[in-house]
Amino acid sequence: MTDVVVIGAGHNGLVTATYLAKAGLKVTVLEAAPQIGGAAVTREFVPGYKTSGVAHLLHGLHPAIARDLDLARHGLDLKAQRVETRSLLPGDRSFDTSSVASVSRTDAEAYPAVMARLTRMADALAAYALHTPPRPDAMKMDWQAKLNLGKFAWGLRRLGKKDMLELTRILTMNVNDLANDYFESDAVKGLLCFEGVLGLALGPRSPSTVFNLLYRLSSLGANGQGGFLLPKGGMGSVAQALGRAAQAAGVLIRTGAAVDHILIENDVAAGAVLSTGEEIRASRVVSNADPQRTALQLIGPRNLDAMFVTRIRHLRMNGCAAKIHLALDGLPEALANARGRIVVAPRPDDIERAYDCAKYGRVSDRPALELTIPTLSDPSLAPAGKHVASIVAQYCPYKLRGTSVNDARQQIGERSLAVLEEVAPGLKQRVTAMEVLTPHDLEKQFGMTGGQWHHGEITLDQVLFLRPAGQAQEYRMPVPGVYLCGAGAHPGGNISGAPGYNAAREILKDARAQKRVVGAA
Amino acid sequence: MTAYVEHLKPFLRKTPFHERIEPLMTGNQWMRWTGHYSPAAFESVQSEYMTIRNGASVYDVSPLIKYRITGRQAAEYVNHLITRDLAKIKPMQAFYTSWCQDDGMLVEEGTIFRFGENDFLLNAAKDQLHWLEQVAYGFDVHIEDISYDLAGLSLQGPQSRDVLRAFGINGIDLLPRFGIMELELNGRWLRIDRAGFTGDLGYEIWTRPQDALWLWDRLFEVGRDHKIAPIGAHALEIARIEAGFILIDADYSGALHALRPSNRMSPYELGIGWTVNLSKQGYFVGKRALKREKEHGLSRYVLTGIEIEGRKPAPGSFLYADQPGKHELGLTTSAEWSPTLKKNIAYARVPMKYAKPGTQMWIEIWYHKEHKIERSMVRCWAANRMFYDPPRKSA
Amino acid sequence: MQQSYDAIIIGGGHNGLTCAAYLAKGGEKAGKSKLKVLVLERREKVGGAAMSEEKYPGFTYSTCSYVCSLLRPEIFRFLDLPRHGLQVIPYDINSAPNPEGEGIIYYSDHDRTRESLRRHSIRDAEAYDEYAMEISRYCRFIKRTLLMTPPDPTQINPFVQNRINPWGHREDLEGLLKIGREFGRLGERNMYDMIRFWSMSVADFLDQYFETPRWKGLAAASSIIGTALGPYSPGTAYVLLHHYMGEVDGQIGAWGFARGGMGSVSKAIASAAEEAGVEIRVNAEVEKVIVKDGKAVGVALKSGEEIYGRSIVSNADPKRTYLKLVDKGDLDAIDPDIHRYARNYKIRGSSGKLNIALDGLPEFAGLPKESCYGTIDIGGDFDYIERAFDDYKYGSWSKRPFLDCVIPTTVDPTMSPPGKHFMSVFVQYVPYQLAEGPWTPEMKAQYEKDVLDTIELHAPGFKKLVLHVQCRTPWDIENEVGMTEGNIFHGELTLDQLLFNRPFPGMGQYRGPFDNFYMCGSGTHPGGGVMGAPGANAATEMLKDFRRGVVQ
Repeated sequence: MTDVVVIGAGHNGLVTATYLAKAGLKVTVLEAAPQIGGAAVTREFVPGYKTSGVAHLLHGLHPAIARDLDLARHGLDLKAQRVETRSLLPGDRSFDTSSVASVSRTDAEAYPAVMARLTRMADALAAYALHTPPRPDAMKMDWQAKLNLGKFAWGLRRLGKKDMLELTRILTMNVNDLANDYFESDAVKGLLCFEGVLGLALGPRSPSTVFNLLYRLSSLGANGQGGFLLPKGGMGSVAQALGRAAQAAGVLIRTGAAVDHILIENDVAAGAVLSTGEEIRASRVVSNADPQRTALQLIGPRNLDAMFVTRIRHLRMNGCAAKIHLALDGLPEALANARGRIVVAPRPDDIERAYDCAKYGRVSDRPALELTIPTLSDPSLAPAGKHVASIVAQYCPYKLRGTSVNDARQQIGERSLAVLEEVAPGLKQRVTAMEVLTPHDLEKQFGMTGGQWHHGEITLDQVLFLRPAGQAQEYRMPVPGVYLCGAGAHPGGNISGAPGYNAAREILKDARAQKRVVGAA
Repeated sequence: MTAYVEHLKPFLRKTPFHERIEPLMTGNQWMRWTGHYSPAAFESVQSEYMTIRNGASVYDVSPLIKYRITGRQAAEYVNHLITRDLAKIKPMQAFYTSWCQDDGMLVEEGTIFRFGENDFLLNAAKDQLHWLEQVAYGFDVHIEDISYDLAGLSLQGPQSRDVLRAFGINGIDLLPRFGIMELELNGRWLRIDRAGFTGDLGYEIWTRPQDALWLWDRLFEVGRDHKIAPIGAHALEIARIEAGFILIDADYSGALHALRPSNRMSPYELGIGWTVNLSKQGYFVGKRALKREKEHGLSRYVLTGIEIEGRKPAPGSFLYADQPGKHELGLTTSAEWSPTLKKNIAYARVPMKYAKPGTQMWIEIWYHKEHKIERSMVRCWAANRMFYDPPRKSA
Repeated sequence: MQQSYDAIIIGGGHNGLTCAAYLAKGGEKAGKSKLKVLVLERREKVGGAAMSEEKYPGFTYSTCSYVCSLLRPEIFRFLDLPRHGLQVIPYDINSAPNPEGEGIIYYSDHDRTRESLRRHSIRDAEAYDEYAMEISRYCRFIKRTLLMTPPDPTQINPFVQNRINPWGHREDLEGLLKIGREFGRLGERNMYDMIRFWSMSVADFLDQYFETPRWKGLAAASSIIGTALGPYSPGTAYVLLHHYMGEVDGQIGAWGFARGGMGSVSKAIASAAEEAGVEIRVNAEVEKVIVKDGKAVGVALKSGEEIYGRSIVSNADPKRTYLKLVDKGDLDAIDPDIHRYARNYKIRGSSGKLNIALDGLPEFAGLPKESCYGTIDIGGDFDYIERAFDDYKYGSWSKRPFLDCVIPTTVDPTMSPPGKHFMSVFVQYVPYQLAEGPWTPEMKAQYEKDVLDTIELHAPGFKKLVLHVQCRTPWDIENEVGMTEGNIFHGELTLDQLLFNRPFPGMGQYRGPFDNFYMCGSGTHPGGGVMGAPGANAATEMLKDFRRGVVQ
């Protein structure tokens, strides 16, 4: 008998499970895949070549969670793996944050101040990362929620009148306009725009992209790892550390246990049913799956109200990025020392045109790319002297029109290589094997609806108390005893662990309240 | 290549019975009903009303919006949609039910007809295909608006059974209340159900639109000796209020069409909480909210019947606990003078504790007195909303 | 210093005139304050973008704005505009032609719209009610904020005293609470829906209700008119409201023609203003605002004349005001950020206009003749509009533009000779400048041809009826009316430039950075459309300052 069943051993599921177990609950985690980690896995895509399956950079892991769970003791070394971002430009040029002057003197002067200001604002917003979102109806908030809201408002106010007003101005803006406001060179603007659209089915000129930028910046500040990390052993090492922490806390993890649906008796959660038919009974069921999968498949529309179902159905879950893995027998000169994060998005309009294709359901003619070569810092991921490259290519839309998934897979692979070849000549010849994961593949392999790795796009209409839907933002699904702990809940995606942390807090709140009621009786 | 469409002029639809109704509309009192010409009154509301209670009244119900629900999981779907337990009706039976939004606020109430295990017809007053399809997500079910495929007459009154007998409907005597029968007469398809909006003995007769005029002519031919007469909406309104039936837009705003969210009402607040079955198998839309409302007593008021001193009709009048009118209780919705009961009756939204039959309240009525408006404050008493309930209704 | 006026208003657009009239009346309908108000207009007549002109013999063109509904009834009443000759005639049909079949038509009559939509999709016909109700709910909320000074969330401390409110600042807190109360009345679920609505794209919003692509395209029209956004851009759903919240005779969402063209609106307001004692000078272009010691004290005309006043009000758009009329040095002395705000202010022109004199009524493909009595929206599905937007994004006019056409002469006999018609064609999207550089006559001719070809495609035989065309790009509009980049709203209606952020953060309450300096154009809350609300709201704020002695 277990108190809580957690469906899915993704990083958030593991975080929730560990916190619950530490509070004394008996927790069972059910994972469909043979290994834990969900989207944070290291997998061998060609014999001998390993790389992170979906996410390949760690930046959002909340330091408070890493500390609480003592991940360092469980084998996660977060030091000395910090990498910088370098933007590759055509004509054998490139720049990183320390060499902005090589593309524009004016921008080099402005850059540190602008980024510091944006990060300050992002930090003020991120103060809500480890809180349950407020409710717009003040009457429905308890004193804790009101206090959190008050502290948050105070944090905003402390930015100063200028910054606070600037924040209200830029929050809904598009990142292209923001870039134009602050910078003059296409190269710097392109990099900023790329950060603004990464993970979204939107282009730099689409409003709401500044919010995504701030969202990403927030994980590069005090509420994240302070920068991009390339974890040793790939992303799977994060999951392994979380798994060890969970087991140390007494969590039972069962892999290869695919959940078919959540068992609901008398309109209340009663456990989980595996695809084998096995029932695992528990009074609380926590889903680490995305909201659509959780509501429409695990709970099922028959146990839910109609408007809620409609809202969940209309969540924007359009994956727009493909993941490309290359096995290389050597590195071209331009990438020989590319230890860090490489971005290929030389101009805002390049990204916008790439998005134009996706808008009409086509693969971008010239995708914008983010690339890492993890073997430069961790040679164990490939045979000696060989390398792997892990690429995020945007855009490869989930909603294709007139293109088959197979064609899309081929197109995004070829076109990404063609773009790379321009900034890193000779790369193509080095490729010995290639794996392309389109959003459809990501959906199939990792169970993420729409191949959306944030479990729902991070746009203003899908964050805070609108995540995943109004009145379900407090990690509780409408069916009593069912909770959501994945990235589809506030504060959202990136490997942060924050949704899992928050969900655990709410579950414990319910458990305590129930104890009180039982105790009183 | 350029195609000009008709300009939808006249854009109001004519029901299949229009050709017969129009010549009888000597008072020219038309009204609109779901985009159709519909009679408000033919000549005299009073005599039309008396036909309902004394003879056999005929009201054209073709404008009702009709949804056919079929498919492998139609029964499961309907049970998820409505608040009553579908297991209570077998094929060829109907019942009255509510259906609600997520938060337990009433979308509409009406009659659902079951023809087979997975074959249903839902009669509605408002467009709601969008809503029905929203609820249908995850069910193997097909919903179709067949409003224009059926012509219907509501035959209501103590003589209605005699008319049908004379019409040649075998077995009409055996048709129980809310029963349905289908038959062929002179090679024409007919569906008869025993339901209505008058609280009297009555039936609804449905046929194909092309047979509508035949149906009308035959009914009036055989009904001549049974005091058959057409009626309009005014007469029906009086009978409806006597019978305790609520009407969308008169007594409540449907949740889909309420401009102010606070104007929406729950079945409990409308006094039709009996249509909510919280213990039926499976979940239905709004169940959690309705359960909470019932368990925690969250209903804001209840729509009860009231009987009012005097005979001034009191629609939209305020109710008070005291004569000076300091303590306001609520508001009336539908109100009429009941010619049969000789009572001044109305429905009123009042707090639960005032809804106990016999509770005295005060009501402020503004009424016309020869082009002048006057005010009176009179007593009224809570009453069972079903003011008139003759045994013949279900006999 | 000689002080001959209490208020000098730069620009005689409808908002400038409204502001002047309100000031002169001292905020009371029958009242007449002792304030001496002067309106300075650059052109030879007042009206700005609400202008009727005879550009072709016998035809009156509404040269810029062309329909009317947003003009607040409160202003109508307050200024007694009907007595000054203004009459608005509502129309109740809106349609989209279809060269490949039946067009889409909707009417003010609900049953008729339902029948009409039913011809395309019964689902859409049935969903229409729910959709209209949802929009009405949002409009009810928004409408109440229109004639209100937007509260500044950084000013909610009631004890802080400042220059404007030496007695402590309570209005912002009260304003916020008022909005909060309104919001509270929505109920929790509607709160979420509305917050979501503000930031979503119109395509996402309409997809929740409808299935017919052309009907969705028509419904989306209101949300892209005048914006530099496409239907797939987040934030466009809100703009839908901006066009729906108009009303004629209490009917929300209805639009109407001003009898005699849109110039009648300006003429009536000008007449009301003059009656209230406002002095209007035309052909008086203001060159600079004179600022001394952080105080606006007067204006210098192009002619060299200097006029002094106790307060200066700019009806020009924010960019023109702060980059052209005001010296950078004066701004920087107050706060160097203001200049940056002005430079970064989003005011992209995206709309062109064709005014066409016609020999007879055109016939639109798939539509009945009666559709000419209302607006005809030439477009298609979301993709059609989005592709039009794509052309614009990269610095060209839309090769197949979205067109909003009206033929006011079908209901207004005063604007053309009998049997002939004036057609106003609003073109979306047209850039202020082309990627290749400024507009050339050849480019403009090509743009005109593209528009006319598009119309011809949707109204075969149209070109044969054309007597005269006045073709205008945003660049033309800027040069004629003075609106920067020809943006019809004096600044885009995106969330970052609304409410207390309109025009700039911290300056959302009609007051400029200098003492005694105010803004009253569409670049202030609640924004563009011939609404008059910014002018009226600005006057209300100014009168407060006059009463409290803030204006010296």
